[in-house]
Amino acid sequence: MLNKNEMIVDTVLLAGKIMIESGSDMTRVHDTMERIARSAGVVDPRIFETTTGIVMSIPTKKTAEVQPVLSRSIDLEKVARVNAISRAFANKELSLKETHENLQALTLAVPVFSFRSQLLAAIVVGCTLSIMYGGYWGDLGATALASGLGFTIYSKINRHFRFRFGSEFIAAFTIAVTALLCVRSGFGKSLDMIIIAGLMPLVPGVPITNAVRDLLAGHILSGIARGIEALLVAAALGTGVAVIFRYL
Amino acid sequence: MTTIISIALSYLATVAFGILINIPRKALHSCGLVGAFGWAIYLAIKAITFGVMLANVCSAFAIGIGAMMAAQRHRMPMILFNIPSLVPLVPGGQAYRAVQNFALGNNDLAIEYLIQVTMIAAAIAMGFLVAEIIAQAYFKFWTKQKR
Repeated sequence: MLNKNEMIVDTVLLAGKIMIESGSDMTRVHDTMERIARSAGVVDPRIFETTTGIVMSIPTKKTAEVQPVLSRSIDLEKVARVNAISRAFANKELSLKETHENLQALTLAVPVFSFRSQLLAAIVVGCTLSIMYGGYWGDLGATALASGLGFTIYSKINRHFRFRFGSEFIAAFTIAVTALLCVRSGFGKSLDMIIIAGLMPLVPGVPITNAVRDLLAGHILSGIARGIEALLVAAALGTGVAVIFRYL
Repeated sequence: MTTIISIALSYLATVAFGILINIPRKALHSCGLVGAFGWAIYLAIKAITFGVMLANVCSAFAIGIGAMMAAQRHRMPMILFNIPSLVPLVPGGQAYRAVQNFALGNNDLAIEYLIQVTMIAAAIAMGFLVAEIIAQAYFKFWTKQKR
């Protein structure tokens, strides 16, 4: 059985781990962890977090723990829920034990949109942005095909293999090839617009935004790590597209 | 007419990107509104000044402020609202041209486009920074009032 201090450290680290894994910005992670620790009665919690791990100690009790964060994905629903749980705990609506249980339940199941609705969303992102950027209405069919195919391949690869950046590369390549075939067969008109719009659902929006926010908030290490992550994703997308230019 | 269609589409695009990164269902509508607001500001500034940089700064600023208001209303983190709203501003076209020209060997042109991408990214970050400062000042003021 854990004693109270160990329980506090456990809960705080679990909350932080879920948030970092789901793609939260570091300021929010830090605030949430500190809120839980202070509400649990720790006067001076020492917390250090980066995108790959968290260290927390309670100096007066000589208690400390390390929590590595190995995988990172994007699931902002979890971020919102951990935030809500921490606020409920701070308002004394939940006990420490309940908070820990709620957080653990969160790691197991959280509602996600079904693959079909995600695919539809990816197609909508592609088509709407193609019109917003001044594309032809006649290219909508080809854009829908390209963005839909690209997203399907991207999420299938991500589901079955651990292949970061590779999935983006292959998806971008698929989009470019689809666009090229569409234009060659007369189904689409503007190759550039179809490729650009098709790639938009794969844009690393979360790492980019978080990189800027982390850097501005003084979380330099995390900001640089996220920035590099965004850059690598962008490079993977770019390389995937670049391959087809030889065959124009 | 094209402007109205464009703004309506930006709402759709933002909501759809929100679905891709799994933001809570309750937040989707507000998120779309913030995105449409940001895009409307972008189009307006671009029409007035014919410059992309200022339009990006102002739009990012508008999105930051809109996200702050939405976050306060729903009591949810701000990033839920500003990540999807930001997607229409991403300099995809310029990045694409940069890649294309690198692949074709026109390095000068490619670097020119790359610089444009960097500048637009910096402009968006700039707008965010200003919005962030205002948001922090506002939250400080607001929480003091409540006590």
